[in-house]
Amino acid sequence: MTEAGTAKNGSAGRRATVLALSGAVLILLFFGAFAVGRYGVPVVDVVRILFHRVWTLVGLDRVLPMPVTWTVTMETVVINVRLPRIVMACLVGCSLSAAGATFQGVFRNPMASPDILGASNGAAFGAALAILLGASTRTITLAAFFGALLTVTLVFLIAQRAPGMRMINLILAGIMIGSLFSAGTSYLKLVADPSNQLPQITYWLMGSLSGTKLKDLPLAALPMAIGLVPLLLLRWQLNLLTLGESEARALGVRTDLLRAILILCATLVTAASVSFSGMIGWVGLVIPHLCRKLIGGDHRGLLPCSMLVGAAFLLIVDTVSRNLLAVEIPIGILTAVIGAPFFLYLILRKEKTL
Amino acid sequence: MTLSVHDLSFAYRKEPVLQNVGFTATPGRLLAILGPNGVGKTTLFRCILGEQKRYRGTIEVDGMNLAHLSPRALAHRIAYIPQIHAWNVAFSVRDMVLMGTSHTLSPLSAPGKKQEREAEAALRKLGIEALSEQPFSHLSGGEQQLCYIARALAQNAKILIMDEPTAALDYGNRLRVLSTVRALAGEGYTVLLSTHDPQYALWYADEILALKDGRVEAFGATAEQLTPALLETLYGRRVTLTKTDAGNVIVPAAEERNRS
Repeated sequence: MTEAGTAKNGSAGRRATVLALSGAVLILLFFGAFAVGRYGVPVVDVVRILFHRVWTLVGLDRVLPMPVTWTVTMETVVINVRLPRIVMACLVGCSLSAAGATFQGVFRNPMASPDILGASNGAAFGAALAILLGASTRTITLAAFFGALLTVTLVFLIAQRAPGMRMINLILAGIMIGSLFSAGTSYLKLVADPSNQLPQITYWLMGSLSGTKLKDLPLAALPMAIGLVPLLLLRWQLNLLTLGESEARALGVRTDLLRAILILCATLVTAASVSFSGMIGWVGLVIPHLCRKLIGGDHRGLLPCSMLVGAAFLLIVDTVSRNLLAVEIPIGILTAVIGAPFFLYLILRKEKTL
Repeated sequence: MTLSVHDLSFAYRKEPVLQNVGFTATPGRLLAILGPNGVGKTTLFRCILGEQKRYRGTIEVDGMNLAHLSPRALAHRIAYIPQIHAWNVAFSVRDMVLMGTSHTLSPLSAPGKKQEREAEAALRKLGIEALSEQPFSHLSGGEQQLCYIARALAQNAKILIMDEPTAALDYGNRLRVLSTVRALAGEGYTVLLSTHDPQYALWYADEILALKDGRVEAFGATAEQLTPALLETLYGRRVTLTKTDAGNVIVPAAEERNRS
């Protein structure tokens, strides 16, 4: 094999290694997170209970029954309390990080985050409005979801009409519409009933995964999958887009179409995330940065790496948030407390690979 | 492949930039585009590359109107070699070159073994295979320019468009890049290259296209067209052209050098 050939396997090999390691860490954390909590369940039993559930679901228990070595309480805690929350933390972390990495690539701006086009502000307004109208939890989620989509659509339409640089218009329109909706949310808080509605809105804005139900998972996973699959498939094209309009076009990319698809997909996963978790900042900004240091800026590695590390990160933070104090700390507060200093560390350290 | 431009006119809002521009670039020849700043050289390239669509006139490759082609179909025919720029590119040299093969792939897939081989062949051809694992941003300007040319070769398009490839390079790298491009023209590529220095056009170009105020001032074989009179018309400065055994040299006229 030629020298160049070996070297190539070196860089592709490194990418595969980093991804495999991130995946392995995520799996360990996933099972570990079940064991941590006020009601302790040994990891062995966690694995058994989960395995038994899958075993039963595919109908193999009728052929080969598994011995039950755990208590009913353990099973309830694992399946009904911790499973939904742990899976949701992974889904949201994965989605926000993928959206962040995508927006940073599309806008060629390392400071872009999943809510750069106002998605979070729109979701917050939708949720606050639903809470004010006394809607159910499910309706609040839907209102947040459509609030986010509506905002970004509005931003897109405005940017299309404005003359001049489209990318800059998009970001400016995002800031303007976002602050408009955030003003709307402030007004809703002002008129909300301070005894119950206001705390509920405030709590929603701080972001939390508590109260996630098992039946929420497919509802969240579906739009996320619809957005994430195209993002993963288009990650090489995203590489081309980071070279700028002229170069990408000359390399055969239909830039406007590609950008629209990527923004649409990233918005969809962001909307799905914030509508279930509330406002969780920093994840979508910090995780792609960290992963860029780990695996480089090539989106073939960066996007899947961000998804895995993002899921692992939010899982850790959520586990801390439900265990650190007697009263649960909203996860949005923790991601900011961890994310902001960590981001500072990333930009201050000398240019070296980790 | 032959690129022909007929009666091309283009205006930003109401200001005309190009007016009735017509010329033909043929395989095996290096065509240098000359003209003062802001004369529309970049705009001309933008029209050819399909970035600007609202022009009048036609641009054809082997008789096929480019206005009807998708970016992908265009990438099969024309490769663009940009000016080197300062912003940070996150890719290795190999990956930059690999990007040239993208138009042969489905948009939903990434390059595989076949594309890797094409990229490697292009890197070897330009003699920069030793750089292939380097981050693109760590290369010198000359090496970056060669990397862009390698990408154009991997793209396998027979028309190369270069926007002032020598502008940001030192003297040695200018000569290296230009002789590389010259050799590619010799192999049958159709090369269009804009330059600010008529001396380089004189040394390396088979043909020149001179633009002034958005119109064609001169078009044809370098030896016939590139005259002191033309340069004075284009740039408003008097020069002399001296024939030497080693080649022709453009020198600013004595009174120009002393003029403040």
